[in-house]
Amino acid sequence: MTAEEHAETSAALRRARRFALLGKLAPLIFLLALVVIFTSLQPRFLLPINIFNVLRQVSIFGIIAVGMTFVILIRGIDLSVGSLVALTGLCAAVVAKGGTSGGFSDAGDGYHWTIAVLAALAVGTLAGLFQGMVVAWLAVPAFVVTLGGLTIFRGLALAIGNGGPVSGFSPEFGWWGRGLIGPVPVPVIIFALVALIAYLVLTQTRFGRSVYAVGSNPEAARLSGINVNGITITSFGIIGFCSGLAGFVLAARLNSAEAVAGTGYELTVIAAVVIGGTSLYGGTGGVVGTVIGAVLTGVLMNGLVILNVSPYTQQVMIGLIIIAAVAFDVFIKRQSR
Amino acid sequence: MTVRLDEVPARAGGPGRTSRAGPPVLEAAALTKRFFGVTVLNEVSLSLVPGEVRALLGENGAGKSTIINLLSGVHQPDGGQIRMQGEPVQYLRPLDADHAGISVIRQELSLFPDLSVAEAIFAGHLPSRRFGLIDWAHVRRETRRALGRLGLDVDPRLPVASLSVAEQQMVEIARALTRESKVVIMDEPTASLSPKEVENLGGIVAQLSAEGVAVLYVSHRLDEVKAFCETYTVLRDGRVISDGRAAETEIPDLIRDMAGRSVEIGRGRGGAAREPGPVVLEVRNLASRRRGRGEQMVRDVSFTVRAGEILGLAGIIGAGRTETARMIFGLDPVGDGEILLDGQRFTPRGPAGAMEAGLGYVSEDRKDLSILPHRSVHENFTVTSPVAPGALGRINRGAETRLLASYIERLGIRVQNTRAPITNLSGGNQQKVVLARWIARQPRLLIIDEPTRGIDVGAKEDVHDLVRQIAGEGVAVLLISSDLPEVMALADRVVTLREGEVTGDGPASQTTPEDLMTRMTRHEGQTMAAEKG
Repeated sequence: MTAEEHAETSAALRRARRFALLGKLAPLIFLLALVVIFTSLQPRFLLPINIFNVLRQVSIFGIIAVGMTFVILIRGIDLSVGSLVALTGLCAAVVAKGGTSGGFSDAGDGYHWTIAVLAALAVGTLAGLFQGMVVAWLAVPAFVVTLGGLTIFRGLALAIGNGGPVSGFSPEFGWWGRGLIGPVPVPVIIFALVALIAYLVLTQTRFGRSVYAVGSNPEAARLSGINVNGITITSFGIIGFCSGLAGFVLAARLNSAEAVAGTGYELTVIAAVVIGGTSLYGGTGGVVGTVIGAVLTGVLMNGLVILNVSPYTQQVMIGLIIIAAVAFDVFIKRQSR
Repeated sequence: MTVRLDEVPARAGGPGRTSRAGPPVLEAAALTKRFFGVTVLNEVSLSLVPGEVRALLGENGAGKSTIINLLSGVHQPDGGQIRMQGEPVQYLRPLDADHAGISVIRQELSLFPDLSVAEAIFAGHLPSRRFGLIDWAHVRRETRRALGRLGLDVDPRLPVASLSVAEQQMVEIARALTRESKVVIMDEPTASLSPKEVENLGGIVAQLSAEGVAVLYVSHRLDEVKAFCETYTVLRDGRVISDGRAAETEIPDLIRDMAGRSVEIGRGRGGAAREPGPVVLEVRNLASRRRGRGEQMVRDVSFTVRAGEILGLAGIIGAGRTETARMIFGLDPVGDGEILLDGQRFTPRGPAGAMEAGLGYVSEDRKDLSILPHRSVHENFTVTSPVAPGALGRINRGAETRLLASYIERLGIRVQNTRAPITNLSGGNQQKVVLARWIARQPRLLIIDEPTRGIDVGAKEDVHDLVRQIAGEGVAVLLISSDLPEVMALADRVVTLREGEVTGDGPASQTTPEDLMTRMTRHEGQTMAAEKG
């Protein structure tokens, strides 16, 4: 290789690196830009009460988005999360109430709230593991399996709740959705903890490394001794667990659980993950991006409400932003190759 | 498949005896092609007159695929000219070559597996009637006619994927017939055919020739070349080494022209005659499972590898080398036979189990099977877990970084930032990282499949030194390579495979590249060439 050719190569390399860095920072830059725009249009946006309001909204789908990060990193997808939130929320509610009947005041007959949490988490995790096994062992595309899960879990939720809501929980139960620690809402703290644990798992453990390896090149991962099916099943178990946790927190916040809860969550959650820079092609991205993506999605929704944009237009804008984020991801991949 | 040989017209006097005159239909004049500054094809010229069947010969990497890609419009030449019927042509895309009358029957069949036979034959040029509706009556009629000419008795409505490899090839040839192609290029057409099917193909080639179609026949198998082809061109290192009439040339001469340089390079062991240790791996009568209607790739393979020994496994594409390695490493199920590790029967339970038993496997395809693209050099090194994690699977980044640094130094890996994606490195450096991830596990047996494919000469030398080094440290090495000079330079012993069976086993010092090539390409006692030629 001549000196000239070498200089040429490293120039191309530098360009590729610049683009890779830009791809990493883009969501953060975009988030800050949105905050600046919304604040300049409506200063009330930056009040602490509004900020915590945004964060509380974000926390429920943010918890699921953290789980979704694992699944998307291994080139999967989970469309069933909204239905699973409804199912697990109802499970928690039914356990806490001791049945589907009873009005708002009646909180006495059921089990302790800890049992209710465990029920939600167990049902969520088992549902996720089940879907993961079908994806891994039967090699059915995750899109199809979880599309099936979407209707199965919604149907189960309707069956359990008899179609109606189950409402009115003990204060201890409700604290998990409506409580505060200092000025900070409890769901926000749960979201932060889940994100922190997921971050540590993905960056500091062999399991996390394997998740990235499987998403980057499943065949190479298998040849390197990684149990690709195991990683797949576990990742779906994680998102199931996260959905169960979110289902419980949502029920606690609303003081009610019903079968139509969480409708459309899958899209918000996938949007948050993708906007946060995790590639739908697997292998790149992470929890930090997902947290930024979730907050960005929340800020966008809240800002549009504050600016009195109609809910219909909001949906259009969010859809356009998802497409733009993926287009940007593809563009960066091409440039930094 | 029923190809009725009696319907195939007999060739007039057999190959080599027909002397053809007239202007060539296809001419390649001084074609040159460079990739990333490396000249892979250097002023190669060849021509075909109508009805001529010309063999294109050469080892892997000699430039055969590049020629095919230039002639079929996949790549554009950097120098020289392609002429069709005297007119210079420039293909910007494969479709242009198709329109000009050149069809390629590829090694990995490029057909559309889910289409029906008729659709596959007409893909890209479906005839349309008014309103853009497809003229299915015409399609069916022409398909039946083309299949009839080839004596292929299959239902045009069947999906292509349900046919055998040989039948799929016939469909590709039928496609060329309906296109009224003037030139048909066949790239290793017999790599996965049975002897009977090979014979049928020979009849088809003769028929194409009789109809005035020129055929460029690319193959490793010299007996076929002698039987099917009139003329030949031998490539080596991107240049034409020789050409002439197949009938007037002996197979040993062809082998010498193809293998050539190996004589100078070989025997690079530096005289350090290490005493090999005890047998680490023994394979007894290993056979693979049949997949569907496919051929059994490994039929009867036996060999041993000792500690500190490099065993070369040589063979052409389709000989069953990689398939053998994959069974040993637990990637594919064993059909029959035994694998013994240290004399104990070993049933590998997946790659993880094989790794636990002290095996390592550097795969043949760096891009698709080895590297984790977009992940860092560090992660590409640690993917085999050369450093055991702590409690809760926590990684020990400090120890990993130190280990990686030691391998970067030992292997001379050129890398600025180990946290940058591995795809920033050159192919040679990527391959060194892949080797490092296995050597760092300190395996007892390392299978290395095509260690230097597609990397530059300097890195190749480094990799060779490394392989010798680890063997010197007592690792048993099973080396698979299509590069005969590489096998000669590294291996203590060489086992040759042909069609899933061992055709030779002996010390590298007592063999020659010509001898190996002969054993890779011909069965002793197989007399097809003699009968036909």
